[in-house]
Amino acid sequence: MSSSDVKQPERTTYREAMREALREALRSDDRVFLMGEDVGRYGGCFGVSLGLLEEFGPERVRDTPLSESAFVGAGIGAALAGMRPIVEIMTVNFSLLALDQILNNAATLRHMSGGQLAVPLVIRMTTGAGRQLAAQHSHSLEGWYAHIPGIRVLAPATLQDARHMLPSALADPDPVLIFEHGSLYNVSGELPSTVQTVDADHAAICRPGTDISLITYGGSLPKALAAADELATGGISAEVIDLRTLRPLDHATVTSSVARTHRAVVIDEAWRTGSLAAEVSARIAEDAFYDLDAPVERVCSAEVPIPYARQLEEAALPQTADIVAAVHGAVD
Amino acid sequence: MSVARPSRTRKTPAPSKSGRKPTSSKDEASARPPSAHGTAGHRKDLLQAMLRVRRFEERCVELYSAAKIRGFVHLYIGEEAVAVGVNEYLTPDDAVVSTYREHGHALARGIPAEAVMAEMYGRTTGCSGGRGGSMHLFDAARRFYGGNAIVAGGLPLAAGLALADRMRGQERVTCCFFGDGAFAEGEFHETANLAALGQLPVLFICENNLYAMGTALERHEAQTDLAMRSASYGMIAWAVDGMDVEAVEQATRKAVEGIRAGTGPDLLEMRTYRFRAHSMYDPDRYRHKAEVERWKERDPILLLAERMRDNGELDDKELARTERRIGREVDHAVEAAEQGPQEPVDHLLHHVTGSSAGTVGRP
Ligand SMILES: Cc1ncc(C[n+]2csc(CCOP(=O)(O)OP(=O)(O)O)c2C)c(N)n1
Ligand SMILES: [Mg+2]
Repeated sequence: MSSSDVKQPERTTYREAMREALREALRSDDRVFLMGEDVGRYGGCFGVSLGLLEEFGPERVRDTPLSESAFVGAGIGAALAGMRPIVEIMTVNFSLLALDQILNNAATLRHMSGGQLAVPLVIRMTTGAGRQLAAQHSHSLEGWYAHIPGIRVLAPATLQDARHMLPSALADPDPVLIFEHGSLYNVSGELPSTVQTVDADHAAICRPGTDISLITYGGSLPKALAAADELATGGISAEVIDLRTLRPLDHATVTSSVARTHRAVVIDEAWRTGSLAAEVSARIAEDAFYDLDAPVERVCSAEVPIPYARQLEEAALPQTADIVAAVHGAVD
Repeated sequence: MSVARPSRTRKTPAPSKSGRKPTSSKDEASARPPSAHGTAGHRKDLLQAMLRVRRFEERCVELYSAAKIRGFVHLYIGEEAVAVGVNEYLTPDDAVVSTYREHGHALARGIPAEAVMAEMYGRTTGCSGGRGGSMHLFDAARRFYGGNAIVAGGLPLAAGLALADRMRGQERVTCCFFGDGAFAEGEFHETANLAALGQLPVLFICENNLYAMGTALERHEAQTDLAMRSASYGMIAWAVDGMDVEAVEQATRKAVEGIRAGTGPDLLEMRTYRFRAHSMYDPDRYRHKAEVERWKERDPILLLAERMRDNGELDDKELARTERRIGREVDHAVEAAEQGPQEPVDHLLHHVTGSSAGTVGRP
């Protein structure tokens, strides 16, 4: 019995929800296959695909050598030929070895071919910091990918999105990148059995509020929600928006929120300069300028490669206290 | 244009004539009087150097469990003969480029245990000032260019270091460590070609421990004869018993002599094995216990100790003294790390560019 048949709310983790989504995709479409380093026998470097090799066999759950450029490119080729590959890259840091394939092939083949070709490929990878993994394992580069026309970028931050975003990604005729923040895998909670699909195209208001809009995504969402809790005790009602899709951005949800609250803080674990937070802020300035009662604030990572030492890493990353302080800056 | 050299593999390292080059730095706690290679005294030094790496890392395991050390930690236990044997033929002028599994390379190179331990504690007294952690040990003075945690990421750097030496006419060797997994990355193949084409003085040391994380060699390489493939690039390459520190040493001598003489890069495929999981994160479910146990019978430390015992060179009392001395050195490293200062968070933006505060890095 698949989890979609279960009627009671189900206790699960982000990791298990993601695995269930993969299982469902492999079951329901024989064009779908999973490919990447250690996705099979090892079960995925973060355990997401554990058990899938045993269930679907090595043709559909394919371990690859350490060859990011080759297996991502092969995923592109297989997608061109009508398959629906799901390629896992261990972390966004290693995706840079495949950046050429993602940008120069996946994102551009449709356009360069005058619309003849399509690359219905899904690429999943871990992103983010917070586990003292230092400067080659901790960066948040999803904003770079969100810069590229021709691809869609998703950032599931909730159990529900981990469980239900994948079908929309697989239905997309174009490449979709899915970023899973490493700190979310162990998040557990209940998955409502009534929800069977999600609308992946729109940002979500995770917590309604009236005084200020906290706009974020991915691993920063739990921090923004914690900040909203804390602010509520001080009488400030913060609305928390999860962007969910980083490209194309659902700008309407953001501007209509700002039109109601008149204040905004954008929280993004990437570096501030040239970030997604910069894009969101610019769009607010363009389209909601006259609704604002205060300048837009941004809470981003410090402009430093993420350091190993715990106190430095903590100081480098957006924390709940920083969000609370930014809100006070905008409200007071 | 450089002249292509014939590809060839050597099955066994040929014996060599020349004497040894000065090696360990004075900071190495095992500061040892030079004793000629192949002698009883020398074997004692090698045993001690391997034991030192082993005991250091065993302490790391405890400290990781106690959450004193964080992040990803990759142990070298089982592979000590490679770092120790290779180091015997590197001089302080040579350069070393390493991976995330580099505690052994760093200690053999002469980075004090104290500085390595403090790095894992994230203290300012660490060899990377606490910025790097276990995967990013650096020591510019000892020409130890890191601690690279992108598989194959260090290889091109090694070619560049060697290129600079070559352009300036400096007779130095750049030694580059990497794993069997790196063989699948384009960066390995691009660098092998580049280095062979330019006859660059690089000593490539492939630590073939038969696994890239959970993927066995025969499941990640279509052709598992790594030395043969390396030779196809026009380098001299051969496989070495990486569990036998004296074999490692002799092969390195042979390779380094050629490289110093200007014949271009060599690659040694060190056949070795890691006794522990890939990292402290790894549940190690992809290989059989029996396989690990079989390899443990060829533990490089036991292997050398047995040889010495057979030769009547092993003095148990002396060995016990050595163990105690190493134990004290590791204790001391831990104590110093415990007391090492934490960097204040207002230093966060140090060391980002040459104009950042705190930085000493100059071209
Ligand atoms: C480009 C890249 N891809 C994946 C990883 C994740 N990863 C780290 S170590 C490792 C295995 C490397 O194996 P090998 O080169 O044989 O070295 P070993 O760990 O066995 O010493 C993997 C897959 C990485 N660090 N960099
Ligand atoms: Mg290996």
